[in-house]
Amino acid sequence: MTKTEEIVKGVLSGDRRSIAKAITIIENNEPEAKEIIASIYPYTGKAHVIGLTGPGGSGKSTLIGKIVREYRRMGKKVGVVAVDPTSPFTGGAFLGDRIRMQELSTDPEVFIRSMATRNYSGGIAKATSDAVKVLDAAGKDVVIVETVGAGQSEVEIVKVAQTIVVIHAPGLGDEIQAIKAGLMEIADIFVVNKADRENADKAVIDIQAMLQLNNKEKAWRIPIVKTVALTGEGVPQLIEKIEEHRRFLERERQREKAFLKAEMELVEAIKDKVAQSIIAELKKEGKFVELLEKIVKKEIDPASAAEKFLCEKFGKA
Amino acid sequence: MQKKIRVLIAKPGLDSHDRGAKVVARALRDAGMEVIYTGLRQTPEQIVEAALQEDVDVIGLSILSGAHKALFPRIMQLLKEKGLTDILVFAGGIIPEEDVPELKKIGIKEVFGPGTPTEKIIQCILDYCSKKSLKMCSN
Repeated sequence: MTKTEEIVKGVLSGDRRSIAKAITIIENNEPEAKEIIASIYPYTGKAHVIGLTGPGGSGKSTLIGKIVREYRRMGKKVGVVAVDPTSPFTGGAFLGDRIRMQELSTDPEVFIRSMATRNYSGGIAKATSDAVKVLDAAGKDVVIVETVGAGQSEVEIVKVAQTIVVIHAPGLGDEIQAIKAGLMEIADIFVVNKADRENADKAVIDIQAMLQLNNKEKAWRIPIVKTVALTGEGVPQLIEKIEEHRRFLERERQREKAFLKAEMELVEAIKDKVAQSIIAELKKEGKFVELLEKIVKKEIDPASAAEKFLCEKFGKA
Repeated sequence: MQKKIRVLIAKPGLDSHDRGAKVVARALRDAGMEVIYTGLRQTPEQIVEAALQEDVDVIGLSILSGAHKALFPRIMQLLKEKGLTDILVFAGGIIPEEDVPELKKIGIKEVFGPGTPTEKIIQCILDYCSKKSLKMCSN
């Protein structure tokens, strides 16, 4: 077995060392990266990917710590990719998201990986999407991606996650200004964290007002959840909303699938009906036998015969 | 391909003096490394598991509580058990001179006491990593 095959096998069996190695190889864009991604790709698509974004200091890491704990209580396996910025000046990075997730680090069903942006823009790293695939293939039920402290236009996360949670906290300055453009548009769920502070209700009302301005007829109503990440207050409600959104997506997918199926059936039915009525007419006019004889005598091939008849009947097709 | 040196800075034990750990973390960051800081009061199990998941090349242990003789051997043993023997481990904080030989014997590469220039730590890491990547190339 080659080194790459060994890593792939390890990832698929959920081996933590292999997961870690695979992500490093992908991050460094080493020659084996492509083969690893290709080999695990068929095993992806099972995990629900949640993106958590919002300004620095709003409590993303702490909240993720609590969300993971809640999912663990429900028996789900969880992966986390926490992204922090790389210095554009030195290329170095200080990755501090683990500090808020300490008690999770020895749970064998939780895998946390810190990732530097390596100057990729948009709030995540270039390797984030593939790291999520690794965790997905490794059997995680839920994968949470924490973006860098985002302002307005760091919306790359929509390409990676299915449910986007935008988190905000009262007292972070002009909060509504900060979220009105980019982040506002990608949120599936809003969280007002640090809800024990005064002005929390004001923040909720401001977001509600924004959402109403924005309200085109949409199938998914964006909920606003209040949390206190430090104590875990509101986290079960947040999970409930996330799960609701997951079921919503599932229903949408089912609906799409049902539509496709209905379309195929309808097309088939129409084909049948049209063919039957045309053939009935051919037979009535006696042309059917006439055409059959010509085909038997090889004077014409079946396709041309059909075309000739349809042209006569309906004009140029 | 853009290989980066990844370093875990960890604080085992129960003291909460992390000024030194942060100074070192900051210096390594400015030297272009990716530094993962675990926060205070980590058990050996937490530190080793973090090193495994983060796939680091280097671990820096900072301790000022005096518990290094109990905690460091445990960390080194866990690293061995998990097959993470190619990680460079260095230490810093308040560690008496007479304890250093014993720590080096269990695999701690260097002990950097107070007043160590950060350049010295950076150089130690760079030397180790260039040797390691040479070794990786020759394999």
